[in-house]
Amino acid sequence: MTSAASTPRAFPGERPVTEAVVREHKLNAREYEAILALLDGRTPTLTELGIFSALWSEHCSYKHTKPVLRRFPVEGPQVLQGPGENAGVLRLPEGWAVAFKIESHNHPTAVEPYQGAATGVGGILRDVFTMGARPVALLNSLRFGPLDDPRNRYLFAGAVKGVGDYGNCVGVPTLGGEVVFAPGYAGNPLVNAMAVGLLRAEELITARAQGVGNLLLTVGARTGRDGIHGASFASEDLSAESEARRPQVQVGDPFTEKLLLEASLELIRSGTIVAIQDMGAAGLTSSSAEMAARGGVGVELDTSAVPTREAGMTPYEIMLSESQERMLVVAEPAQVEAIRAICQRWDLDATVVGRVTDDGRYRIIHDGVVVASIPGQPLVDGCPIYEPEARESAEAVARRSRTPSRDDLDPLEALERLLDAPTIASKRWVFEQYDGTVRGRSVITPGGDAGVVRVEDTGFGIAMTVDCNARHVLLDPYEGGKGVVAEAARNIACTGARPLGITDCLNFGNPERPEVFHQFVEACRGIGDACLAFGTPVTGGNVSLYNQSPTGAIDPTPTVGMVGLLEDVTAAVGSHFTTEGDAILLIGRTAGHLGGSAYWAELLDCVGGPPPPVDLEAERGLQEVLVRAAAGRLLRSAHDLSDGGLAVALAECCIGGPWANATFGATVDLARHADAVSDLGWLFGEDAGRVLVSCAPEHVAALQALAAEHGHGAHYLGLVGPAEGELIIRRDERRWQWSTRRLRAIHLEAIPRRMAAPGAAEE
Amino acid sequence: MTFRVHVRVVPRPGLLDPQGQAVAHALAALGFPGVGEVRVGRAIELELEADDRATAEAAATAMCERLLANPVTEDFTVAVEG
Amino acid sequence: MTIRVAVIRFPGSNCESETLEAARRAGATAELLDYRATSLGGADVVILPGGFSYGDYLRSGAIARFAPVMQAVRAHAEAGGGVLGICNGFQVLCEAHLLPGALLHNAGQRFVARPVDVRIERTSTICTGLFRPGAVVRIPQAHGEGRFVADEATLDALERDNQVVLRYVPVPGSDLPHNPNGSARDIAGICNPAGNVVGFMPHPERLAEATLGDTIGQTFFASLVGAPTSGAPA
Repeated sequence: MTSAASTPRAFPGERPVTEAVVREHKLNAREYEAILALLDGRTPTLTELGIFSALWSEHCSYKHTKPVLRRFPVEGPQVLQGPGENAGVLRLPEGWAVAFKIESHNHPTAVEPYQGAATGVGGILRDVFTMGARPVALLNSLRFGPLDDPRNRYLFAGAVKGVGDYGNCVGVPTLGGEVVFAPGYAGNPLVNAMAVGLLRAEELITARAQGVGNLLLTVGARTGRDGIHGASFASEDLSAESEARRPQVQVGDPFTEKLLLEASLELIRSGTIVAIQDMGAAGLTSSSAEMAARGGVGVELDTSAVPTREAGMTPYEIMLSESQERMLVVAEPAQVEAIRAICQRWDLDATVVGRVTDDGRYRIIHDGVVVASIPGQPLVDGCPIYEPEARESAEAVARRSRTPSRDDLDPLEALERLLDAPTIASKRWVFEQYDGTVRGRSVITPGGDAGVVRVEDTGFGIAMTVDCNARHVLLDPYEGGKGVVAEAARNIACTGARPLGITDCLNFGNPERPEVFHQFVEACRGIGDACLAFGTPVTGGNVSLYNQSPTGAIDPTPTVGMVGLLEDVTAAVGSHFTTEGDAILLIGRTAGHLGGSAYWAELLDCVGGPPPPVDLEAERGLQEVLVRAAAGRLLRSAHDLSDGGLAVALAECCIGGPWANATFGATVDLARHADAVSDLGWLFGEDAGRVLVSCAPEHVAALQALAAEHGHGAHYLGLVGPAEGELIIRRDERRWQWSTRRLRAIHLEAIPRRMAAPGAAEE
Repeated sequence: MTFRVHVRVVPRPGLLDPQGQAVAHALAALGFPGVGEVRVGRAIELELEADDRATAEAAATAMCERLLANPVTEDFTVAVEG
Repeated sequence: MTIRVAVIRFPGSNCESETLEAARRAGATAELLDYRATSLGGADVVILPGGFSYGDYLRSGAIARFAPVMQAVRAHAEAGGGVLGICNGFQVLCEAHLLPGALLHNAGQRFVARPVDVRIERTSTICTGLFRPGAVVRIPQAHGEGRFVADEATLDALERDNQVVLRYVPVPGSDLPHNPNGSARDIAGICNPAGNVVGFMPHPERLAEATLGDTIGQTFFASLVGAPTSGAPA
């Protein structure tokens, strides 16, 4: 092999590194100077430049966001693995643990929605199973521009199909998610995918290269020219130019993923490997460099040994390829044959491509020639860190005091129009394309507040959700950030589960714009404060910046994925009314807050006002009430109030689940509560910290006592009516009445009706 | 006049084709010798009313670019008959 | 004597675990069997589970039908042994011509995952013996290629010889089409004339324990164990 002193040489035919080439690699002058210093003044080879460019992209280096992310609370007795690994891991009872993570695949989806979304699912699954966890559920948060534009219909249909086809084929149920349509995402759709896996705590494995002389092996698919420079692509604004560079798109192969999943879990359980990591963004480069840096060792890779799909691939291409369904494994030399045997059982190849060294250098050899040699640790953590200016724009301040020009809609019509708004409407059209029941463990499938799966052969379950009210974050990043975590926790608690921890996917615009960075800093502060208050640490996640398109930055969208523990899975509570004659109660305080509401935004064309303030203590008490009420079997249903407020929540409870054969009526009287609140504030206000529950009449007193114990009122509103009945809301002499069958039809048909318009399959 | 248009759509060279890969493995397992790379695409046949062959070909090409092929992942060929 | 069940795992199968569990819960001795096996190891009933064998590339089931184990499955079926194909397993049985017809892309051209209401049309099969004839049950289903097609003569023969096992039926109040995929004559599952080879699209193994809301799916597996399996080769 080669000596450490060898100076790298350019690979034959490789372009010399000039100023223009450096710029093309999105490295600025300060960064390039830092690179020169690390190389003792030597000009990098193109391969080296490519490696730096990938690892020093925002995606890998967090160069704009690290100082802010460091402020998140990351500790707690439940934490087995916090941020910094492929996925976070939290302790569950009986020696089990849950691994989970959310990640964005926004830019690839904008370019090719089907493959972009599909490979997003593939990547997040690998992040979870490389921790030694078997994936048991998928969730996703999807955002597009309005459906009246055929381009948005095309992106939406393609992304949904991509998400579905991939997860369905691998055999992991999709148990929840959200789909939002708003003008801010028209040029820049968001696809955030979350995976949840289960493992025995003692089987946890980390991605830390160790043991000088150990070998590095690639397992899985061959390396092609796909997605070269995906990591730096994800860190720039979308433009007409990036549209033209479309061939970078990666293609997903869920069949190989399924084999890789089984082989990886078997490798981990067999004890034959030291470490394993997915070759995700920046492929072989980031996986090998990060594993080496975590283990404090050097590595030497022979790119000519990497199995390729095409002849003549250069070390530059091999290092930066983002071909999917590949793993990098570290193992002792004596285990190589055992590893090969396991891989062969799953029809996969395992190939030795490098070794762990003691000199701390990151070295690449091709056909016996050293083409890159970089100090390993600074390569991973030596990128200059920026602290951009954060300043709220005058426009943002003005937005907070904006109110609609009119406010005189008839509540009868307003509720129907809200249920017809695609963001609020039933997403049955979407999750009908996602297998929600494979594995035979799904207790609550999509269409409720949170998904629930039973944990293997135990009596407990885990609840999971993804949430983000980006409109609230846009209007007030701090309160909005708190609200995102609070809503996720309410959704978890509605099922009866206790919130355990979060993973976050921070989708923002260009951080070099002060108004964007202000949104980022403040939203993160809100998320951190809420996590601290709830005892739900941040276990990891992903930052997606530069979500800009020619029309401007996206709405700030810090998506939160949360998991919770449901100690007795047989006590899981659904979202919809189940029994005529049950009492309907509203837990939480109503102040009639319309600022930031869907009512204003969807019906009065006004994204404005301050969003509802979030009282973290009250939220925590509410979670406790719900968890205890479920455990005590007091509840028949529990549904969080969010977009559209009480009227929409009541309608949804009456309409029933996506597959229900009957609706329920309800008769509700608001007369005795919150007298000072206007009718519209009562019906459509979005005060935080409220949940609508139903229970058998004999449990009303116990529920009210339980709520009072935690400082909450459980206000009696009325009764669940007969099947196919009417929703009747009374207040003093006023009375609004809807056919629940009609409301169901509106809610369920809103998206299919729009997707039936021509153009969804185009482009 | 009426033309018969044959459109062939195949994955772009270099792009991973999981279907082609699976078919190649299956053919090898069934003992068919000599099979190299396999690419799986689709064939589309359509009838087209047009003034002349060149117009038909241009129209069919536009259809491919807009709908029949995915410009990001697929190449196409158009053959006009009649 | 307990019934021995073999659940075949093809590359890309993904419902084998819950299928195995459902068979065991019914009292069977059930084991996974690798697709490379050349014998069924003395199993009385063989189940081809759901999933995406070979990624469903080319056509669902088209590659799996050539897996080494399929020769033993064919011999077992021809000797009167029990063979059940669920979803992808049904697709494999049709591709292998152990059952007539074919399963094409859903009429709506989209994957459809939702519960379906099916009527038990025939109880004299290996897996429906414990149902009341004509019972309507709601079972999860999830597939992209489940549209059963066959020529008119074959369809007529299937009806005449009572080979339709499960049929999609409308139920009051539902706002979804009762036939989720455009299957001919609303067929959700069929069997061979003797009833020892059965294939259907719904997934009863996913609704086989009380925590999941219903146990009706377990009745298929209880039937496997409770019904006689004549002529199984040793």
